[in-house]
Amino acid sequence: MSDLKTETMTLNMGPQHPSTHGVFRLQLEVDGETIVRATPVMGYLHRGSEKLAEGFLYSQFIPYTDRLDYMNAMTNNYVYCAAIEELFDWEIPERAEYLRVITMELNRVASHLVWWGTYLLDIGAMSPFLYAFRDRETILDRLNEISGARMTFNYHRIGGVKWDAPEGWIEQVLETVKELRENIQEFHTLVTGNEIFQSRTIGVGKLTKEQVINWGLSGPIARASGVDIDVRKTEPYSVYDQFDFNVPTREEGDVYARYLVRIDEMFESLKIVEQACNNIPDGEIIHKKGKKLMMLKPPEGEVYTRAEASKGEIGVYAVSNGKNKPHRIKLRRPSFVNVAILQDLLEGDSIQNLVSIFGSLDVVLGEVDG
Amino acid sequence: MNEELLDMITNKINQLTDEETVTEAKMNFHKPMIILPADKWTLTAAKMLRDDEDLRFDFLTCITGVDYEEHMEVVYNFYSTVHDHYLYVKVTTPREEPSVQSLDPLFKSADYMEREIYDLLGIDFPGHWNLRRIMLDDDWEGHPLRKDYITDKKAMGLD
Repeated sequence: MSDLKTETMTLNMGPQHPSTHGVFRLQLEVDGETIVRATPVMGYLHRGSEKLAEGFLYSQFIPYTDRLDYMNAMTNNYVYCAAIEELFDWEIPERAEYLRVITMELNRVASHLVWWGTYLLDIGAMSPFLYAFRDRETILDRLNEISGARMTFNYHRIGGVKWDAPEGWIEQVLETVKELRENIQEFHTLVTGNEIFQSRTIGVGKLTKEQVINWGLSGPIARASGVDIDVRKTEPYSVYDQFDFNVPTREEGDVYARYLVRIDEMFESLKIVEQACNNIPDGEIIHKKGKKLMMLKPPEGEVYTRAEASKGEIGVYAVSNGKNKPHRIKLRRPSFVNVAILQDLLEGDSIQNLVSIFGSLDVVLGEVDG
Repeated sequence: MNEELLDMITNKINQLTDEETVTEAKMNFHKPMIILPADKWTLTAAKMLRDDEDLRFDFLTCITGVDYEEHMEVVYNFYSTVHDHYLYVKVTTPREEPSVQSLDPLFKSADYMEREIYDLLGIDFPGHWNLRRIMLDDDWEGHPLRKDYITDKKAMGLD
């Protein structure tokens, strides 16, 4: 039987497949149930953010960064603002940095919660989705109170943040943190120990350390394969050097390890939020020159600024020619870089593992397509 | 410490060919940056950066293409997971038929990022295994991030 030569078949998964949570096509060449070759096809959501940036004043581009990884918009806001601030060489008021850290870390938890819920939905468990979205909604309420939007926050500004925390907000965040900690702990009893879940994730979609480094992967994917890179630690930005937190890593490199790394990360983020809320200083929330939104003209120069988003390393390469509009804004979008690994990772695996592996990468299509 | 690293990188790259390959070496926001023309940027140089015991720039973080109107540039941001240090490599190429050696054979992370630059700026990367458009349609005309690109307002519904 094994000598029997069969023809391979081309199968398109997407662009409207439910597990992509967006528009993404995987062109699969399959031999029976085995994937011979997987070719990601993207660009369905390409809006030309980098091109748009060149036509705007510096401050006008901030809302567009919200629409890259719309699950984690705070970090996108931050990294763009931080790049321009670095060109200016500004000192940012400490209260603003604390508010940035609180919002970014809350947003990271919200992003991981969405991943947790939708990932389990993808592999066939309905109820975790409801638990995850219940908890995410409390976070979005807090972020809504401070920024005025649920997902597209447009909250960070070049030089600081837009609004100060409303009366009693810090205390409410501390309450939320307590509540979330209990609820997320429950996830372990709900899902982590489940035998069906474990059999679909343990040993599936293994990535080695070498693969991670060679393909430039970052974020929880890298850390689940034992590559201990986290921009918050390797090159601390904002005020991250003032907090006590760990970067969870695991050695196994399979889907299950990525799952556990993300869960552990949520607890670490909550730890940071708690410390930031307890130590937040009084004072200004924006650099005095940052208030003049239309007048921002960074000196000539170029810089690459990085931050740790929930999906991995997000970076902005900003080139200024001294005018009021950027000469070039390049966005290093973690999902775009991470999704390339599918070409290597799916080869030789079976179709039944595909959704489990693809979901474990946690890519957001707004960010893949830019 | 970073200045020493900059000198070391410059020397090692110049030694590869026994000539002044690096046109400019400077610190850019506290990180070393070297600038060299496209014909001097070879796989040998990139391999040296990756494998040299003192450098070990094994993580290619970001590739950026920039159109400066007189010429074009491709900027590589390297990171070393071994030594925890950073490097900018700026490769300059003429605007007519811009072409820069692809790093895809050494760093798979270059695969998509170079395709994106090819798509949006029209810079050729010889040595890339699959240099096709990635964001725009295959039959798209022109490269939008070039400064002389004329936006078709009618097609975008703006006219």
